[in-house]
Amino acid sequence: MTTATAAAGAHEAHEHTHYTTTGLDNRKIAIWAFIGSECMLFGSLISTYLVYKGRSVVGPFPHEAWTSPTGQVFKPILDIPVTSASTFVLLMSSLFMVLALAAVENKGKPGYEGTLGSSKLWLLATALAGAVFLGFQAYEFTSFVHEGLTIKTNLFGSSFFTLTGFHGTHVAVGVLWLMTLLFIDMKRGLGPKDTILVDICALYWHFVDVVWIVIFTLVYLIQ
Amino acid sequence: MASSAATPTHAGAASHSSEQSGLWSWLTTVDHKKIGILYLYTALFYLLVGGLEAVLIRTQLAKPNLSLVSADFYNQLFTMHGTTMVFLVVMPLSAAFFNYLIPLQIGARDVAFPRLNAFSYWVYALGGLFITLPIFWGLAPDGGWFAYAPLSGPTYGGGYNMDFWVIGLQVLGISSLAAAFNFITTIINMRAPGMTLMRMPMFTWMSFVVQFLVILAFPVITAALFFLQFDRFFGTQFYEVAAGGDPLLWQHLFWVFGHPEVYILILPAFGLVSEVLPTHSRKPLFGYNAMAYSGIMIGFLGFGVWAHHMFAVGMGPVADSIFAVATMLIGLPTGVKIFNWIATMYGGSLRFPVAMKFAIGLIAMFTIGGISGVMHSSPPSDLQQTDTYFIVAHFHYVLYGGAMMGIFAGIYHYFPKMTGRFMSESLGNWQFWLNFIGLNLTFFPMHFSGMLGMPRRIYTYDAGQGWDLFNMMSTVGTYMLLVAGLLFAYNFFRSKKHGAPAGSDPWGAPTLEWSIPSPPPDYNFAQIPEVTSRYPMWDLKAPDRTAGIEHSHPDAAVIAEAHAVPMHEETERRTAKELGIPMPFNTIKPFLVALGIIILFSGLIVLHIGNFPLAMATMLGGGAFMVGSLYAWLTSPLE
Repeated sequence: MTTATAAAGAHEAHEHTHYTTTGLDNRKIAIWAFIGSECMLFGSLISTYLVYKGRSVVGPFPHEAWTSPTGQVFKPILDIPVTSASTFVLLMSSLFMVLALAAVENKGKPGYEGTLGSSKLWLLATALAGAVFLGFQAYEFTSFVHEGLTIKTNLFGSSFFTLTGFHGTHVAVGVLWLMTLLFIDMKRGLGPKDTILVDICALYWHFVDVVWIVIFTLVYLIQ
Repeated sequence: MASSAATPTHAGAASHSSEQSGLWSWLTTVDHKKIGILYLYTALFYLLVGGLEAVLIRTQLAKPNLSLVSADFYNQLFTMHGTTMVFLVVMPLSAAFFNYLIPLQIGARDVAFPRLNAFSYWVYALGGLFITLPIFWGLAPDGGWFAYAPLSGPTYGGGYNMDFWVIGLQVLGISSLAAAFNFITTIINMRAPGMTLMRMPMFTWMSFVVQFLVILAFPVITAALFFLQFDRFFGTQFYEVAAGGDPLLWQHLFWVFGHPEVYILILPAFGLVSEVLPTHSRKPLFGYNAMAYSGIMIGFLGFGVWAHHMFAVGMGPVADSIFAVATMLIGLPTGVKIFNWIATMYGGSLRFPVAMKFAIGLIAMFTIGGISGVMHSSPPSDLQQTDTYFIVAHFHYVLYGGAMMGIFAGIYHYFPKMTGRFMSESLGNWQFWLNFIGLNLTFFPMHFSGMLGMPRRIYTYDAGQGWDLFNMMSTVGTYMLLVAGLLFAYNFFRSKKHGAPAGSDPWGAPTLEWSIPSPPPDYNFAQIPEVTSRYPMWDLKAPDRTAGIEHSHPDAAVIAEAHAVPMHEETERRTAKELGIPMPFNTIKPFLVALGIIILFSGLIVLHIGNFPLAMATMLGGGAFMVGSLYAWLTSPLE
């Protein structure tokens, strides 16, 4: 260890950008650690759903019809076509997110003058797609309640609403985050030096999207 | 604290730090050292609370059929003793050292996210009050620190008591998680040039492993706690056996968190003694690589042994065998550490200040607890021991004899760095021997009372079962520990004002934190050091000790230059402004966000009381306050 005059001189030149060991922004490392942690949260929620699959003592059930002791018939609760549509919208939002990040990163570069370089458009599109997904979820939850499945009904209801509700909350936080970025973009314009701001939001957004693919497969598609 | 510690050599520091004292400066500080000190004081306060709970428990159990406390209050006492010691004492004491030491050890000016760091502390402080205060109304949690559902669910635990536990623990989890993201980023990204991973001080290494355990283990209990909260407040059926709920679901989720938690408690203490032992043996740590890798191995295996807490539930021979073998395996990396510490001392030029005594105490006491741990890793043996005082003896040897001894070693070792003064060695010796004798007198007899069949968590017992003498011994030992604790408190506060002045490097220690003045200036390093070795201070002061150490390539010319310009031993302290170092602004916003979270969660208690409109108002108000403060925080500049 020493004063390392030469090295320190070199660092002073970059003083305003803050020296980091890896050269990456601190926020980028933190968001990856956060995503790692979130994997365990969703892992626990999904495992619990799967452990409780088929253990509910009363209906309605996800994939089978159920006749109650009073003779009332409940049809299978999950509506795969509708949820496929909302899944498609959410997947598209990830594409919009990629375009938003590219637009911010390359603002002013050749090839990014028109629509492709409009970070406001793509941020808005991503947020809107997220909001549409949330709309589908609100519709889904409401119709389930009308069909007789609430969070209190049975183990399926408890674990289903908790799992998908947690995912929906993550989408809602993401939409809020995107709207905030859009607000900043409209106020002062986002450029290449703001890439990190959009980058960490994009990582979060893609993660939430990937979680939905797992949920959609395990909860909806596999019977 | 900094203001009281100005030593004559640092006269300039007094006026500078006096601007930063007072309640408001503590509420708004973002300096990792001040936050570390806040953690230290708060955790020591809770140590007193948890200790008094233990004294009440042991007084009640001193003799057969005493009725000092009711059975119901006894449940609250043992629940809060465990919860307090785990979540409000040992983890935050470790956090105090993470905060104070990690940036100093890796040559950084602060943690990666100073305001997030303040947020972690305030969530801990407020969450701690939330879970502790109800005991004054007899409403403290009473379901054990493990809160087994369905017993802690609405059907069997419908009172307000466990509400405070499920909410309080959730809040404390937020604090630990936020801190862990912060420290992971700090250690990965804030190391000084040349501070490679294999040159990091061992405390930083162990802290690094612990942060990964936190971010991977806490989300699991977060999920389990959400299920329990939803059961209690919203009528879900996760733990309702009548609805088909599995009574083992909570146990699995809890211990998937709970066993890594054990290593979250002990690894920082391992790290601390790995700093203390080489310093006072005047010899490099033996087997540095093996120490780092065994820490990683402990962390890794720690996720594969959770069900050894559940042998008694009857998981079947296959599961039992797998978890038994995995548990025995974890003894290997732990044994590596024990032998490496002994080898570090072997052939060293030993010194025995109080810190060293506590460090050696950890090796001896933790080994006893480790051996009894290997005993009940075997399911047939565990079935005899589970839920008896034998288990209580085991985990107090590892947590008091291990974690607390290591933390005391750390406090005595680093007190001169934090305050610029030594703690009294003579008082410290009294404390050490009282602690050492007291803990063995308290916990060793529990092995016998446990083997004779005395169950845990009973509030009294009949005479004539052969338990009387052992219980009386444990109670006497507990009072010795209380006296030791009070001696420590006296020594701590007295030494802060009147301790002998310590220079920047009072112990002749090898790592970076000793290269700067004590207490360190708010910017830590006037100039960010260039690290060329594992033991930079010994390269300068005792190069014979570090000859041939791996990953250390001290450049002779560079050392000569450093000798010529001892920049790290500043004689006159200059302010950050004079040196042109940008410092983060103090801010109240992290505190406000923490407050918002507490208000938000308190709404659940109101909901349980049955006042729906008020509950909604509390939750929405708290939530809006939290989000508003968060936006204010994120949109204001750091420095």
